[in-house]
Amino acid sequence: MTMQTLLHQLLSGFAMGAIYASVALALVMIFKATHQVNFAQGELAVCSTYVAASLITAGVPYWIAFALTVVISFVAGVVIERAVMRQFRHASVLTQVIVFVGFLILFNSLTGWVFGTMTRPFPSPFADNAWYGSRYLSPHEIGLIGVTLVVLAIVFVFFRYTRLGLTMRAAAENPASSRLVGIRVGWMLALGWGLASTLGAVAGVMAAPRLFLEPNMMSGVLLYGFAAALLGGIDNPWGAPIGGFIVGVLENVAGAYLVGSQLKLPLALFVIILVLVLRPSGLFGRTVVVRV
Amino acid sequence: MSHLLELRGVDAAYGAIAVLRGVSLEIADGGMVALLGANGAGKTTTLRAICNMGVKTRGEIRFAGRRIDGLATEAIARAGIGHVPEGRGTFTSLSVEENLRLGAYLARASERRIADDLEKMFGYFPVLRARFHQQAGTLSGGEQQMLAIARALMGQPRLLLLDEPSFGLAPIIVQDIFRILRVINREQHTSILLVEQNARLAFELVDRVYLLETGRVVTSGPPSQIAADETVRRAYLGQ
Amino acid sequence: MKLAAPAAIVIAVILPFVVSGYHTFQLAQVLAYAIAILGLNLLTGFSGQISLGNGAFYALGAYSAVIAINNLHLPYGVAPVVAAAVCFVLGYLFGKPAARLEGLYLALATFALAVVTPQLLKLDRLEPWTGGRGGVQIDKPVSPFPSVLDDDRWLYMYCLIVAIVMFALAWNVIRGRTGRALIALRDHPIGAGAMGIDIAEYKAVTFGISAMYTGVAGALGALIAGFISPDSFSILVSIQLLVGGVVGGIASIFGTLFGAVFIEFVPNLANQLSDNAPGVVFGVLLILCMRVMPGGLAGLVASARARRAHRGT
Repeated sequence: MTMQTLLHQLLSGFAMGAIYASVALALVMIFKATHQVNFAQGELAVCSTYVAASLITAGVPYWIAFALTVVISFVAGVVIERAVMRQFRHASVLTQVIVFVGFLILFNSLTGWVFGTMTRPFPSPFADNAWYGSRYLSPHEIGLIGVTLVVLAIVFVFFRYTRLGLTMRAAAENPASSRLVGIRVGWMLALGWGLASTLGAVAGVMAAPRLFLEPNMMSGVLLYGFAAALLGGIDNPWGAPIGGFIVGVLENVAGAYLVGSQLKLPLALFVIILVLVLRPSGLFGRTVVVRV
Repeated sequence: MSHLLELRGVDAAYGAIAVLRGVSLEIADGGMVALLGANGAGKTTTLRAICNMGVKTRGEIRFAGRRIDGLATEAIARAGIGHVPEGRGTFTSLSVEENLRLGAYLARASERRIADDLEKMFGYFPVLRARFHQQAGTLSGGEQQMLAIARALMGQPRLLLLDEPSFGLAPIIVQDIFRILRVINREQHTSILLVEQNARLAFELVDRVYLLETGRVVTSGPPSQIAADETVRRAYLGQ
Repeated sequence: MKLAAPAAIVIAVILPFVVSGYHTFQLAQVLAYAIAILGLNLLTGFSGQISLGNGAFYALGAYSAVIAINNLHLPYGVAPVVAAAVCFVLGYLFGKPAARLEGLYLALATFALAVVTPQLLKLDRLEPWTGGRGGVQIDKPVSPFPSVLDDDRWLYMYCLIVAIVMFALAWNVIRGRTGRALIALRDHPIGAGAMGIDIAEYKAVTFGISAMYTGVAGALGALIAGFISPDSFSILVSIQLLVGGVVGGIASIFGTLFGAVFIEFVPNLANQLSDNAPGVVFGVLLILCMRVMPGGLAGLVASARARRAHRGT
């Protein structure tokens, strides 16, 4: 275990952590607004990634395809909330879980049907021999971290400093009071879904070059995303990205030195259970998980 | 004569449990009305029925001549009704500033307008200026009540509904709040519908009182008339 | 209602003689699923713990059975018992910490368990027992009465016997004190606690029982299929079980049969409707079902009965 390889594992884990950070933030966003866990987040992200792949294959330049995918994902998220999720706003937890499961199955199958089930490579806009590559991080990993940080920054500025962001925060925190000041809470939730879908799409597009695009690409990532969201505090948007980076580093380092690569994913399960049992509100969260 | 707010034969229920039966009341434009009665009489339910918050209603509710029963809560708010609910309903994790700005959402005001309105609020409730950047949840009860009222006022409502603004507050603060309510009514021509347990305070403020018992209006009239009625005073006001 | 159970048993016994060998094979799988769904109903319907992870115990039961038969050379008749014991213990152990989690969080934890299961089964270290990625085969049970029942029909009868035992057990539990305690737990957890019921312990035991039922089903499933591999126990198994439970009616014993039929035959139906995207059809159907009959078939029947009773008065 040399210093060099440890550093490499740390930084590499940090890069993967950027993906988990995006997914975790998407999960937290929907949870904060609706108190639902989006079990279908991974499948939605894969679908978006396939859309991007198709656009790129059709000749659309990478960053334009990226932008288009973001927009399409946003719209899809809004439509899903308005058309379907809204019907189940007052349903029991079990019913809601089944609905999410339904979407999981639906999108998983849809992706295979429309885009085929064969694994395919996905291009990275960050060339392999770019100047900013280093011994410890490939250009793609650096680019990944950069893109993620930019996206996270935009999201935070949006929520903190814009009127619409404030309105969405209010709608998530206290829908009843929000209605009293005239806020259309339903549409705020739909926007939240749109944003979450966008984050998922970004995570998928950034992860695909490394994980290779196939319908089940995101199932492991989703699990790490859950672990990250819980670790950061399921209702804390600041905690989610931090949780993501921690999980990324943990996965890599533990996988390399402690448990071996075969047990990396079960490690996520372990983290999830540990957090839920020992400190359910995570590192930064405030929700009291009802204990019996 | 048309009133700003009219309820005609309103029944209201939570699910299968009927709470209001045939409630009728009016508020004149610029008027101040109090809704009194014992616990469980249906006072809060009346306010909720007006704003369509979790109650099923039957009967007519008109605001400025237009029927609002059945409209979504946010649409009713946008029509010009501000509601300071039971428990204040402040956004506790947001700052005082953010709470007030949210109140202005309705008015769709420009930055300059918002700044003017904020100044006005500071005039009514100076403590809000001092606590402007503080998290709303850290304010005292009285301060949160002022914040809740100010938030509702930022939307420039024609009618302000208040659900027990005196609840849990020290008398001196309550005096202050009621004084401000009178000022608001006079200066902004904002009509007020007040639900209160504290009958004496309500009497001093409003020009008309409605008395509710088990979901029905049992009597109504100017405060002096209600206060003078011995039976009413003994039965309902514990005097 | 009292006639329903014996009638069902009679029908079940006659069925394999009127349908083809392949359909008998499918019906045996339906019985296995019914037992698994019954286990899930005990957990989710009666004690209110949502589990997206029972597939893990289905896998555990299957592998326990296979190891019992192949490695320990036990007769196949004992395999479900081995599976039951192993799964009860592990289910209880998982249930202990899980008992502290509510609704969504438990769903999350069990979801994680289910996603991780195939990976755990592929571990190199366990290969001598699990057969690794490639999976492992077991011999199909041979009929002791070849003149009357061929192997397929014998296997079905064996599953039927196991199913009857498991259902009878559940019926007794539900009707008795334990059942009432579970329902109290689900509907009024705080009140139940105040009455001295050790909630966490009950929940953990229920988890164990649920795992046990699912494990037995998994053992039967292994015998029916004759071959198991880690990838056949993906999250989809857990999802199917929960779907079967909800569609039948999560707190209904008879609903489990409907649910089992649903998950065995509807995917085939969906396959016929849409060659390439059966999951899309299934997903849409599922969401519609939740909108229209969130209480499952049992819920539909109950509300129809209530309406008829109401009309009568």
